[in-house]
Order: sequence, then C-alpha cells, then structure tokens
Amino acid sequence: MLSRWFDKRIRYLFVMPALIFVVVMMAFPILYTFRLSFTKWSMSATRPPVWIALGNYVSLLFNDPRFWGAVGRTFAFTLVAVAVETVLGVIIALVLNRETRGQNFIKTLFLLPMIATPVAVGMVWLLMFEPSIGVINYLLGALGLPQGLWLASPSQALASLIMVDVWQWTPMITLIVLAGLASLPREPFEAAIVDGASRLQTVFHITLPLIKPTVVAAVILRTIDAFKTYDIIYTMTQGGPGFATETLNIYSFVLGFQYFQMGKASALLMVFFALVLGLAIILNWLKKPLAV
Amino acid sequence: MKRLLTALMVIAILVAMSFSVLAAEQPFKGTTLRIVLSNHPWTDAIRPLLSEFEEATGIRLQVESLFEDQLSQKLLVEFASGTSTIDVFMQRPLQEAKQFQENGWYTDLRPFAEADQDIDLDDFFPSALLAETVEGVLTGIPIVTEQEIIYYRKDLFEQAGISVPTTMEEFEAAAAHFHDPENSFFGFVSRGQRAAAVTQFSSFLYSFGGNFDVDGVATLNTPESIEAFTYYGDMLRNYGPPGVLNMSWPQALAIFAQGNAAMYTDASVFYSNMLDPEQSDVGELVGFAQFPAGRAGSRPYSVVSWGISMAQTSKNKEAAWEFIKWATGKEITLAAQAGQVPSARTSAWENPEGVKSFPAQLVEVIMASSEGSMPYDRPNVIGVGEARDVVGTVIVTAIEGGDVAAAANKANRDYQAILDREK
Repeated sequence: MLSRWFDKRIRYLFVMPALIFVVVMMAFPILYTFRLSFTKWSMSATRPPVWIALGNYVSLLFNDPRFWGAVGRTFAFTLVAVAVETVLGVIIALVLNRETRGQNFIKTLFLLPMIATPVAVGMVWLLMFEPSIGVINYLLGALGLPQGLWLASPSQALASLIMVDVWQWTPMITLIVLAGLASLPREPFEAAIVDGASRLQTVFHITLPLIKPTVVAAVILRTIDAFKTYDIIYTMTQGGPGFATETLNIYSFVLGFQYFQMGKASALLMVFFALVLGLAIILNWLKKPLAV
Repeated sequence: MKRLLTALMVIAILVAMSFSVLAAEQPFKGTTLRIVLSNHPWTDAIRPLLSEFEEATGIRLQVESLFEDQLSQKLLVEFASGTSTIDVFMQRPLQEAKQFQENGWYTDLRPFAEADQDIDLDDFFPSALLAETVEGVLTGIPIVTEQEIIYYRKDLFEQAGISVPTTMEEFEAAAAHFHDPENSFFGFVSRGQRAAAVTQFSSFLYSFGGNFDVDGVATLNTPESIEAFTYYGDMLRNYGPPGVLNMSWPQALAIFAQGNAAMYTDASVFYSNMLDPEQSDVGELVGFAQFPAGRAGSRPYSVVSWGISMAQTSKNKEAAWEFIKWATGKEITLAAQAGQVPSARTSAWENPEGVKSFPAQLVEVIMASSEGSMPYDRPNVIGVGEARDVVGTVIVTAIEGGDVAAAANKANRDYQAILDREK
C-alpha cells in the first residue's frame, strides 16, 4: 500500500531534497528580506520590527544621495571591469590558442589569480598600492614615471579596484574562450587559407563570429559576478576614501551591520535583487539573436 | 551493633564532610562557559592564567578569540538569532553598549556587583564605570582604558633643539619644521579614513572647545568645531604622508614605526607596538607627550576601550559572574597591567608592580591626561556607526582641502537627525 503510494509519486520524491534546499536556503531568505524591507528593525530582541510600508523605499530612492552614488559606482565598476576583461581575455585566448610548447603551463599560470582567495588578494594589493611604501609606486618612481595615490585618492580609488578585478578575473574569460576555440570546426579556417585570407582577416571574419556565443556567455557570467563584488572592496577601502568606492553591496552591509537599519538594508537588497534580475533578463534577451 | 552504627555514622559524616570540602573547592564543577574575546593584549595576558580559574572553580572555559570587526559581527549575528550560547563576551562600550542595551542583549551586572563585595566597584575609575552604564544598567566591567597622546621622536627633537609641543601652535610649528616629503619624511601622521579618524580627531575637537553635541543639539558647525576640523585637515594635508585618506591605525602606526614621521597622535595602547623591535624601527627613540592644548586647554579623550559583559541569554549566570569577577579582580588586573594592558583600576595604577612595565614618561603622561579629559571619543549615540560616518565626511573634506564650513553644516543637519531620532 505504502510502496504503491511511493511508486506513484517517485518523480516528486526524488526532487524533494533539491527542492527543499532551494526553498530553505534561497526562497525563504529572499521572502524574509522582502518582508523585512517594509519594516523598521534594529535587530533588537525586545523590540519587534515595526511596519512602515514603503517608508524604506521612499527614503532610499528619494532622500538618499549615498544610494544613488552607490548605484552609479556599481554600474561604472561593472561596465568598465567587464569591458576590459572581455577585450583582454579574448586577445589572450587568441594568442594562447596557437600550438606552442608549454601551453598547458601557461594556462595553469593564468588560473592562479582566479583561485586565490579574494580577501588575501585584497590585502596583498592593499600593500602594493600603498603610496609611500608600496611596490607599485616604488617601481614607477624607479622608472621615472609619475606616482599615484591609488586607493587613497577619491578619484583613483575606483579605477584601482577595477585594476585588481581585471587582474583576478580576466583569466576566467580567457579560459572560457579557449574552451570555445578548441571546439571550433577546422573547415572554415582551411577554406580561408585556400582563399588567401590574412591572419587578421581570419580572426575578424571567422574566429570572432564563431566564438561569439561563447564570449557572450562569459560576459553574462562575469557581469553578474562583477555586479556583486564585495570582498576586494571591503578589504581594500571599505567604501572609502569618503564614499568614493561605496557600491550597493558595501552600502547595504554598512546599513545593516553598522547602522543597525535592517529594514532599510533589506529594502536596498530588494532593489539590488531587482537590478541583478533585470540585468540577467536583458543579457539573456540580447543573447538570443546572437546564438548561432 | 551499637559499635557498627557508630562506625557507620562516622563514615557518613566523613563522607559528607569530604563532599562539602570538594564542593567548596569546585563549586561549579561540570559547568562550561563559552567566552568570546577579542584578539587584544588583554586576552593574551589572561590566557595563561585561565587554567588556574578552571582548577579553582571547576568551570570549564571554552574560549574563542577574534579580531574586533569579526567579533562585533559574530556577537550581532548570534545575539540577533536569539539562540546564542555565548555566556561572557568582550565589547567596546562606546561603540556597542547603547545599541546592545537597546536590543536587550546584556545582563545587568549591578545586582551581581552589589551582592558580591569582592569586585570592589569603588576601585574603578568612576568615568570608566559611567562609560559602561546605560540607563542605569551596568552593561559590563571595564578592562582596558586608553587616552590620546602624542608619540614623537625624542632623538629628532633633541637634535633640532625643539621642545616638545604643548600647544596647537607649537604642534603645527614642529610638524612644519620636520616635514621633508622629498625624503619621505613627514611632520605628522594620524588617521584619515572616514570613520576610523573620528576617534582620534575627537581630542582635537574638544581641545579647540568644540564637541559633537551639547544637550541634544548637534554642534558640528560651531566656529570652534570648524576650526578643529580645519586644523586637523590642514595638518594632515600639509605635513602628512600621501594616502592618508586610506589610513586607519595600522597604516598610520606603520609610517611612524618605520621612522617616516616626527609625530603621531593616537591611543596610548599602541605604545607597546612602538617599543616592540619586531614591529618598530624606532623603539627607544619614541617619546610620549600629553595632547597639545588648544583654546580650551588640553582635552584628550580618556575612555574605556574594552569591557567584559554577560549575555542576556546565558544559562549559567552565576558561573559567568564568577568568571567576570575573577577576570576583572584586583589580582588579575594587576597581572594584565604587568602585561602592558592599561586598566581602569586605581589599585593597579597605584601599585609599583602595576606600572613597572610601562615607560615612566608614559605613566606621567597618562596620569596628566586624565585631568580635563573627556569620557568618550566618538558621538555618544545609539547610531554611533552612522554618526561616525557623518563626522568622518567632514574630516575627509578637511584633509582634501575642500569647503569645511559647507561640509560641517551638512554634517550638522545629518547628525541632528540622528539625535532627534533617538530622543
């Protein structure tokens, strides 16, 4: 009797573990945050959250210059970092794709930044960027080039963080593109050689169009990841100098865990969630006509 | 038969007596306390003594120690969950006491202290106990105190024949004299990072006659306050190292400890880092001086930087109190102070053993600093993190050489909003 009941529902039962995991670890926190975003709560054990409807959203969207600054910086960081990473990553992949000796060794070297812990990466770059005792300014000075203030300058700090992100994540684009290149058919290239196409012509008219879907997939992954960058920013500047590198993630952390405004922090995270979701939908939609 | 009964009774009495002796020796046998501490010299000083406590009481201690930011976050997350198993924890009263009390996370220690005269509350600096008291609740027992002082290079001042500055004017003149950026040597270094700078700026603010607020009214844009902001910003812009805007104490201290600055203002606790040859190239060359006097005199902060508290959710409050009483008692305080941790107990400071490990010049400066000092080094509000960012924005503007008055006006409005919210 019981076994028949199980047999009939086996297809539901087998997905249950995964389903429960998703509900408990993802759906519940999102819904809880959503509810919290309409309240005012300081994490107090004795004072429960107070319902204030859209109050948090109104104060974020209309009365908070720090929020809009953070939105701008989040987009600037993502756009510039991903653009540079894509261009560099594709170029490096094309260069590495030739059959050369030690290719695997070079590929392994390229993997290293990616597998390093972001916090450790941040601490090391923090030292290298140090204006008076850091190695970057030391080298620039030794070469007679102008030195920068890097993370300590409100105008250079965001660009410095982008540099670190590029250093760490360009290899990911390279690896994905290399995988794409490896799967390309040989015939179009042979045809191009027969037709007398130059190397550059081959790259622009055959290779790039063929690997476009791969590049787009890499860009989508990277964009969503870059959008929520947190660790390197927190370890290197904590959003400073002033608020010059405060992105949405940093601001939500500060609101929640330093200002104890859990409601407002939740509202910000919901806005952030909507932005990421919107971005993913747009990128997905852009991808469709590109897919071959 | 009678003999047997007598023998049995004797045995019974003996057994009972031996039990009661055991019980008196280890009254809390079988209890385990979970204790969360900060990675701080105080923790290092008491760690080797913990086994004595365990033996005397029978309490097993489960000690975790974390860096201060991680500690704050751990406490927040555990307490907010309402199911924390933490019994005793270290906390920063000025940063956390108001919020934690508001959230109901402390056990009031006053009833314990009143019932148990061993703790001798009168031995503590009154201002230190005040710092731990929120709305009449004693949230913790102070364990570490600190004042803002000047660290300076004795050798350079002697060579140049300049006396140690006692006023803001002399302070600036000395900084200007030693400033030599071509050779990577700077007249003055201090913190410039938005929120981190606020505490070290506070002594400048008080000494110029300013304050964060007076009677619930924000006073960040009074002429005195603006003068203090401008002075601090000018000092760091004109005589400070490049990159000061991203400096909290580790970076600023490193500049001074590597011999790249003539003067450094920060908390007195860092003197041991300065003297440690592992961390500092300037060791013996460091002098200590009282904070320079401005229009309102020399008014450095003198605060409780760390205290030890009992969690509201603790299930072993009696045992937890036993530990707190022991860890903050005269004996352990003296031992910790011998390990270079400045305490809040008068008895430890009056005992020659207690000051033996401190440089004589520093003890003098610490004693002199307590006169006219201020009991807090940051805005005294629940939303202290937010308030620090508000004040820090003006400091950053001043260091950048921007419009200090405009920034101060805006900060004053924002700070007033925080004050009003908490009324």
